[in-house]
Amino acid sequence: MSIDQSTAAKVAKLARIKVEDDALPALAEEFNNILGFIEQLNEVDVEGVEPMTSVTPQRLKRRVDEVTDGNQQPKVLKNAPDAREGFFAVPKVVE
Amino acid sequence: MLDLTYELPKPKVISGAKHDWELVIGMEVHAQVSSNSKLFSGASTKFGAEPNSNVAFVDAAMPGMLPVINEYCIEQAVRTGLGLKADINLNSAFDRKNYFYPDLPQGYQISQLYHPIVGEGEVLVELGDGTARNVRVERIHMEQDAGKSIHDMDPNMSFVDLNRTGVCLMEIVSQPDIRGPEEAAAYIVKLRQIMQYLGTCDGNMQNGNLRADVNVSICLPGQYEKYQATQDFGHLGTRCEIKNMNSMRFIQQAIEVEARRQIAIVEGGGKVDQETRLYDPDKGETRSMRSKEEAHDYRYFPDPDLLPLEIEQAWVDDIAANLPELPDAKKARFVADFGLSDYDASVLTAEVDAAAYFEATAKGRNGKLAANWVINELFGRLKQEDHDITSSPVTPEQLGGIIDLISADTISGKIAKDLFEIVYTEGGDPAEIVEARGMKQVTDTGAIEAALDEIIAANPAQVEKAKVNPKLAGWFVGQVMKATGGKANPKAVNQLVAQKLGE
Repeated sequence: MSIDQSTAAKVAKLARIKVEDDALPALAEEFNNILGFIEQLNEVDVEGVEPMTSVTPQRLKRRVDEVTDGNQQPKVLKNAPDAREGFFAVPKVVE
Repeated sequence: MLDLTYELPKPKVISGAKHDWELVIGMEVHAQVSSNSKLFSGASTKFGAEPNSNVAFVDAAMPGMLPVINEYCIEQAVRTGLGLKADINLNSAFDRKNYFYPDLPQGYQISQLYHPIVGEGEVLVELGDGTARNVRVERIHMEQDAGKSIHDMDPNMSFVDLNRTGVCLMEIVSQPDIRGPEEAAAYIVKLRQIMQYLGTCDGNMQNGNLRADVNVSICLPGQYEKYQATQDFGHLGTRCEIKNMNSMRFIQQAIEVEARRQIAIVEGGGKVDQETRLYDPDKGETRSMRSKEEAHDYRYFPDPDLLPLEIEQAWVDDIAANLPELPDAKKARFVADFGLSDYDASVLTAEVDAAAYFEATAKGRNGKLAANWVINELFGRLKQEDHDITSSPVTPEQLGGIIDLISADTISGKIAKDLFEIVYTEGGDPAEIVEARGMKQVTDTGAIEAALDEIIAANPAQVEKAKVNPKLAGWFVGQVMKATGGKANPKAVNQLVAQKLGE
């Protein structure tokens, strides 16, 4: 698998990261290096080996169903570029 | 349990300009788990709160915040799965579905694409005409809800409220086993009923706690059977997905409108594009959601913040052992134990609270009589005032008391209705009211005879006519009832009238 410049541009766009055109070749090259490394890992025979999901064996931590958080509207909105009447205000998005 | 064998409903057929076409429908129902707090944060799920007040930093996707799963939500997903007779997966896992939208601050939704918690199940969907279809459920997975965007508060801006963000949804995915708009609605009604019995989702569509995405395609008659035989989707038409509908009526309209659109395209020699569409009820049309198309590359990958979800068989068994009686079983039992008709049993089991009310009323009494009173009198009266069964002013004990008085021939059916109205509006013990207000049925033949004799004496012409035409006896019965204020025992009156006129 090989990433060309237009794929790199698409990935950047989906992630909403601005990449100038002249930076695309280097970005594509970087992606290819990462994928090359993964290809290398793929050569290892893992037949019958359970995927390791954690370095130390542990169970997914659970919490009980209680309201312990919230009621902090001013804090939640504090970093918003624009907030009005308790809402985040964003440029209009309508289907 | 009764053996419930049904005939299959006929698929909806729409006539195009050239052919008849059949519909094939699959649904993705999003049901909000009735939990106090969110799937991965301790913020409240309460509807109608101040905007952005039910928001933890996890929900707002502040840097460094980590999700911790709500155990209750896992349990509700398992309960729902068991209620749909589905396989429970002891190992499931969470993935990130990446897309960019203002009401999704994380930039991804945590969902379960590759390893859902619930596998294949089924829902028996009954239609009013006695037909029914077993709709296969492919899977149920847990996922986060997104926030809410409001577009009509400002001409240039959209306003975003994150109160919903991160609330636990169960996405229930069906196979394309649904064959028409009515079946689609009946499927949702049944799912909602089962979840309300289980207590896992309140099913409130108006508040958006139950929403559906509907996949619609068309095919020529005969093709669907080929698909069912082979499970090869190649026999079916290209499907379109109509997103995010929370009204039973709109779902049915949208399916029909979308099917007609596809028929026009195919008969015109065109090709249906697989895409996501929106239904516009004002214009009565579906239209493409182009913005979604562009972002359809979700780049799913396992969520590195969450370990796989492992649950134990013993825990699942424990939940299974404590499941309530479900609608199908309850309905079958009502038919078997109380001698109810299929229809009455359906009406009484539609809501779990109504079923409990009926059972309390019918216990140790005539089931059919109890069903008539609950359905015709009580439901009718409650509806007049927009009450639901849980706020009924008449308790099952009171209604049972009225039924006992009818069964013992203490009051007539007509007086019983007056009595019901008194109990409904004033309350009180039915037997005491009957005693105190002299509503007892007159079974004393002497009194009835006296009233009848008076009427006969006053209406000689009617008596002559009745001797020729026995049908006119009814008039005398009516007069006696009137004279006794409706309290005369109708059986005794009938007998006496027949006797006197026959003389």
